[in-house]
Amino acid sequence: MTVSSAPDPMLPEPLRIARAKRETHGVFTFELDVSARGGFPFLPGQFNMLYPFGAGESAISISSDPHQPDRLEHTIRAVGAVTRAIERLGRGDVVGVRGPFGSAWPIREAEGRDLVVIAGGIGLAPLRPVVYHALRRREAFGKVALLYGTRTPDDILYRKEIERWRGRLDVEVEVTVDTAGSDWRGNTGVVTKLISRAAFDPGRAFAMICGPEIMMRFCARELERLGVSLDRIWITMERNMRCGTGLCGHCQFGPSFVCKDGPVYRYDRVQDLLLVREV
Amino acid sequence: MPASAARLPVVLAAADLDALVQALAGRGYRVLGPVARDGAIVIDDVRHAADLPIGLEDVQGPGRYRLERREHDAFFAFTVGPHSWKQTFHVPVERLFQIRRHKEGFSVLPDATPRLHVALLGARACEIHAIEIQDRILIHGEHPDPRYAARRGDVFVVAVNCMRAGNTCFCASMGTGPRAERGFDLALTELIESGAHRFLIEIGSDEGAAVAAELPVRPANPEEIGAAASVSERTAAAMGRRLDTSGLKERLQKNLEHPRWDDVATRCLACGNCTMVCPTCFCVEFEDTTDLSGETAERTKRWESCFTLGFSHVHGGSVRSSIKARYRQWLTHKLAGWHDQFGSSGCVGCGRCITWCPVGIDITEEAAAVGLPEKDG
Amino acid sequence: MEQESLARSIAQHPLVAGMSDEHVDFLSGCVRNARLDEGQFLFREGQRADELYLIRSGKLALEIHDGARGTIVAETVGGGDALGWSTLFPPYRWELDARGVHFAHLFAIDGACLRAKLEADHDFGYAFTRRLLNEVHSRLQRARLQALDVYRARP
Repeated sequence: MTVSSAPDPMLPEPLRIARAKRETHGVFTFELDVSARGGFPFLPGQFNMLYPFGAGESAISISSDPHQPDRLEHTIRAVGAVTRAIERLGRGDVVGVRGPFGSAWPIREAEGRDLVVIAGGIGLAPLRPVVYHALRRREAFGKVALLYGTRTPDDILYRKEIERWRGRLDVEVEVTVDTAGSDWRGNTGVVTKLISRAAFDPGRAFAMICGPEIMMRFCARELERLGVSLDRIWITMERNMRCGTGLCGHCQFGPSFVCKDGPVYRYDRVQDLLLVREV
Repeated sequence: MPASAARLPVVLAAADLDALVQALAGRGYRVLGPVARDGAIVIDDVRHAADLPIGLEDVQGPGRYRLERREHDAFFAFTVGPHSWKQTFHVPVERLFQIRRHKEGFSVLPDATPRLHVALLGARACEIHAIEIQDRILIHGEHPDPRYAARRGDVFVVAVNCMRAGNTCFCASMGTGPRAERGFDLALTELIESGAHRFLIEIGSDEGAAVAAELPVRPANPEEIGAAASVSERTAAAMGRRLDTSGLKERLQKNLEHPRWDDVATRCLACGNCTMVCPTCFCVEFEDTTDLSGETAERTKRWESCFTLGFSHVHGGSVRSSIKARYRQWLTHKLAGWHDQFGSSGCVGCGRCITWCPVGIDITEEAAAVGLPEKDG
Repeated sequence: MEQESLARSIAQHPLVAGMSDEHVDFLSGCVRNARLDEGQFLFREGQRADELYLIRSGKLALEIHDGARGTIVAETVGGGDALGWSTLFPPYRWELDARGVHFAHLFAIDGACLRAKLEADHDFGYAFTRRLLNEVHSRLQRARLQALDVYRARP
């Protein structure tokens, strides 16, 4: 009996860094050259395992436009050994890539509804493909709001792009920071505050939230308070994703594997588990 | 192994068991089976029937395992030891690839998986179920593991129906034994009575039939068939433990905050033995290293246990930092979440996790206690 | 007539919306229109708190000054928010600074007048205090989340 030669999902594919951009202190964006492989199709919310030579792998969500598969971007925060090794790379260097893995934001299901995108910190990166999609297919949605909270004014990601989005009349873009000095003219306070002030109809809203787990729990409750149906709230989970294929076990979250069944989940399906400690 | 009708059971004299080993070897199989080593029955190469642990029985209990010699010359009077066939197919350590750095970046050189041509001599019903479970995960899932699949490609299974129940096992209540119903080429039941020592052999595949045809066998008579059936019945009746699986999944998933988890956490050492000896536990860790020149890197995959602190590490710390959370993860995954993920329980009732737990934690006891009202005192 | 139109516009504010006309009229007797320019302080920490504010539009920063760290913005507030519950409780002193970030329109409710009416009519007192409590509750939740500093990098 011979065994099929299905491609081994554990083998990284070397891709060259075409562009490197520093976003904020400790956060940077790499665009990878995927021209030789004819693009890199993915769904908004999916992630890749990135491998800096010899240093291990890290799960990083794809942050580019899903309608432009010839441009593959990752925005990375250097916080661990692997992401710091990636940070040391630059244009022309090669990084190993496996993916795309994981579930996607339900952008088709959200069509015809008010779309509320709520991001916290680096959580804007996995939602950026959703924003690109919504702007490209603007007519498919009702109101569109991007509510983004981060730590300080210096931590605001994609600043130029956000300013461009803010300039559009058909999208509500609100940014808030947890901490600021008096020279900051924007909003100070947590992102939940933006939710109650945003112009959307809770009865027809579809919300997608990405950020630290606590922030997502607070946001989901604020949406619930306003009357958004829990089955139209989607969040992402973070666990220790190592293989990306549900075979190594590290990212178990209740009865699911975050790398395969997540990272995007419907809130009402996980809300009970979210409240159990250490699941 | 396509099933075909009218393969009638045959009988082989115990003295001729070596003919089976040689027939398998003659077909090019590497024969793996039980051998006694270092005070335990482990899985290793079997070149002759005489290599088998003749006359040995294992005495097992929670946290206890001992081999004892008996006044008989049975080949298979023991049950399961610390090894399982998991280590044959889902190997404990393997290198996946090397990566060489060069001017253009780097090249990935995958390691080839050696083609296995093995005969499993003496696989128990629970172990055949365990292999099926791992196949479901590692071959029939969304992302097959090509290395595991390659190892599973060419395997001849000689099942042995247990003639004794181990004190820690509970396959009868899990529906996974003690009699092998499928998944074998040949299935042996050892019959020792009134001076006659023989094997009733059931044939499960065409290749099994071909192997049996090479052996000095004769057709089994109805008495022998009946005797083999009663061996399995006696074993089932003698089983030391049982796990009540009705409503178990829901009960565990609804009781993630039950005080029993705190209780077991005071006993559990988080050593991970249960996961290592479990024939279905499949978790692995990956290690990336470079050589001293920094020009060549490699990735190694090795068994990992959900009982380690690093297992659930995320940015900021471990999700499951308490032993309570890690034990709960293991048990609820094995007995509950497994159904959601893979359509069956992850437990085959082999009892290894009970025997090899250094403090004798009993999965059947813990599972039964979670969700029940707390006892006073 | 002027009082009536004031009452109608107060009734639009989220804190008041849904209160009975009778209660809104009753409240409006304590209310004046106010405005705040960019950079101007509405009140300063330690000063006597004698007005409660309903913000109609614009943006204010609630600031705390700390010698070593400089000025820290605790939160910005804007249209739809209410501000100044120090005016309800002794010793009636502001606990932080409120500074205009963008030109703001506000309703200023006289503290002494409001306190007297809350006491005089407990039905009104309950309706108004309940709304205020809801606002305080949200503010407390937000303060907790803010204190958690959830976006900090944790290696």
